[in-house]
Amino acid sequence: MLEKALTGSQRYWGWIISLLILIGVGFSFYLLQFTEGLKITGMGRDVSWGFYIAQFTFLVGVAASAVMVVLPYYLHNYKAFGRITILGEFLAVGAVSMCLLFIIVDLGQPIRLFNVLLHPTPNSILFWDMIVLNGYLFLNIVIGWVVLSAERNAVSPPSWVKPLIYLSIPWAVSIHTVTAYLYCGLPGRGFWLTAILAPRFLSSAFASGPAFLIILCLIIRRLTRFDPGREQIQTLAKIVTYAIILNGFFFLCEVFTAMYSHIPEHMHHFEYLFFGLEGHGILVPWMWASVLLAVLAIILLINPATRRSESVLAVACVAVFASTWIDKGLGLISGGFIPSPLGHVTEYWPTLPEALIALGVWGVGFLILTVLYKIAVSIKEEIGA
Amino acid sequence: MKMYDAGKIIVGIIVFVTLITFPFWYNRGKAAPSPKPKLLTREKECVEPTPYMKTSHMRLLNEWRNSVVREGNRLYISSNGKKYSMNLANTSLSDSCMGCHSKKAEFCDQCHNYVGVKPYCWDCHIEPKEKR
Amino acid sequence: MGVSRRNFLKIAGISLLGLGAKPAYDVFAGRDLPEFAQGEEAREAKRWAMVIDTRKCRDKDGCQDCILACHRAHNVPDVGNSRQEIKWIWTEPYENAFPNQEHEFLEETLKHRPVIVLCNHCDDPPCVRVCPTKATFKREDGIVMMDYHRCIGCRFCMAACPYGSRSFNWGDPRRAPKEKNPDFPTNPNFPTRTKGVVEKCNFCEERLVAGLLPACVEACKEKALIFGDLGNPDSDVRKVLRSHYTIRRKPGLGTGPAIYYIV
Repeated sequence: MLEKALTGSQRYWGWIISLLILIGVGFSFYLLQFTEGLKITGMGRDVSWGFYIAQFTFLVGVAASAVMVVLPYYLHNYKAFGRITILGEFLAVGAVSMCLLFIIVDLGQPIRLFNVLLHPTPNSILFWDMIVLNGYLFLNIVIGWVVLSAERNAVSPPSWVKPLIYLSIPWAVSIHTVTAYLYCGLPGRGFWLTAILAPRFLSSAFASGPAFLIILCLIIRRLTRFDPGREQIQTLAKIVTYAIILNGFFFLCEVFTAMYSHIPEHMHHFEYLFFGLEGHGILVPWMWASVLLAVLAIILLINPATRRSESVLAVACVAVFASTWIDKGLGLISGGFIPSPLGHVTEYWPTLPEALIALGVWGVGFLILTVLYKIAVSIKEEIGA
Repeated sequence: MKMYDAGKIIVGIIVFVTLITFPFWYNRGKAAPSPKPKLLTREKECVEPTPYMKTSHMRLLNEWRNSVVREGNRLYISSNGKKYSMNLANTSLSDSCMGCHSKKAEFCDQCHNYVGVKPYCWDCHIEPKEKR
Repeated sequence: MGVSRRNFLKIAGISLLGLGAKPAYDVFAGRDLPEFAQGEEAREAKRWAMVIDTRKCRDKDGCQDCILACHRAHNVPDVGNSRQEIKWIWTEPYENAFPNQEHEFLEETLKHRPVIVLCNHCDDPPCVRVCPTKATFKREDGIVMMDYHRCIGCRFCMAACPYGSRSFNWGDPRRAPKEKNPDFPTNPNFPTRTKGVVEKCNFCEERLVAGLLPACVEACKEKALIFGDLGNPDSDVRKVLRSHYTIRRKPGLGTGPAIYYIV
């Protein structure tokens, strides 16, 4: 099936080459980081995780969202999603690949990565994150590939793949739960120390992932002869609607607890993010933008007339994606570290090399996604789906 | 059986084989001289017999490192019952490795360069200043 | 214990090496002695701890003795950038060392009193709990240690530590600006670190094993730092703790710091 990715239009190759350029730039800056150390980033002793770990966290959500197409199809026998489960699974593959790369580029001693396997440490959540992420990657590659091959040959998928599919459903939940546990079990980090962090992660995942999938479906329909289907897109839109509202609700629960209790260790982080602290407020406009985008998205999604219009829906989906990206990809990590447990406010903003390395990793993810989608769509076109 | 694209495949195989055998024919007839590390020892024998040290010093050092860092031990009792302090380069201790094998360039580097290994000991540990 | 680590390594090594293992076999065949031992002068304790008498600290007069002694003994460089600096022991204003224990009407001297802070060598250290490689671990005598050979630089421990006691080598410490570190490395008998690993106070484990007191304790002329064994009722720390009111940093987190403060 891989050969499908080797033939394509000029536009396809142009896109591939631009991704390769992006990856090349990112990689050369990574070599700089590899020799110089992480001092080329904007991180420091107070904000010791930054853009890389934030992207990782956001993308775990995108990956987990594949379950939102797999579950209705396989557990509720919602036939319409049969057309697009492969898109969800391959999106997960691309997203998890990025997650793993973001962890690697964040390591100070990447060549010692395998120490995690040489000295397995079950009391470390990072150990479990490694297991669930790699397991999820494996599951989605196998399931996606086997089901797509069967579809191409017009046979039903082998029976051994069914248990794997059922396993992938709780597994998707586990990857984002475990990722939340990385943060919410740390004493002295009041912003993360909240039981609702994992549910919040999941709700934002099930909003951002399907929103991105809708955008991808609209692009596929425009660029190829395969139509993911209007019904499918509309069902996804309802999922996004529920999820983004739930996400807003969880967020408000968190805000209430922190702000009404007036406990400084919990309150100061929200103050920093939304109003600035001790004259530092680099994220304030971003956080308010995130809120406004979420409100806009909810208005557009909740109203059936606007949701049914695919062009308005596209706008709403972009708003959802941008809002959740700001929330997790910028606010979550910096917000947890600022102020520091000693009460110092040291702001963080990624440096250019850091941003380009991150962009390079995004490039790798989109390359994987493009190749896999090219294969999937070509086969859908071939069988006339 | 017909072979499709025979020309391309054969050319490809030739290019591949040439590339992977490059080091062999590039270095044909030339043999790098084998190293003769200078021992510069004060003692008659090392912590363990020479053949063992030659083949297994890296494993011994690994064990020492774990024993020192993780178990807080400092003394090694060798197979003949002698006690040695497990120390790579402490200049105040005469029985550290570098206390005897005092010239890193001649003792460590020669062989390591020859076999192409780069232990990272000296990224952190400080090599004793060579006495002229 | 089953198979000892040494025996396991023997077997593993021999099976890996095949013929080349003969010398190894010759050396260790039939040997069953204790192969490692503590140093003979080593100070031992059930639980190492420190009491810091902040009243005696003369940091406000510009005294940096303990900090310099520690950083010189452990080759901690001045990286010349406060955002990415490395420090094992330093001072914080009272309100930062003890957040939520300060108030507007605090005693005038206390308000501006610098407090010496370092790794708390916790009873239940969160950094050890989160480390994915056991590169940081707690010894039986309570010292929270770092194995710099094993650290992968994920910085999970830095996120977990509620005291900011951990520093990361953002760059190569040996390439720290020469003008700020003219005689670096200051102690040739202690390693530097490499770039990309986390480091912190080790309670001078390397000095204890040689029968010495921690460098900071030894350096303090005011005897403001008192070091000893909590497990021994007659130790200096126990005597001081019996006779003074002491507090610890962030006791509510349950980490159980081994650094006590007299304020």
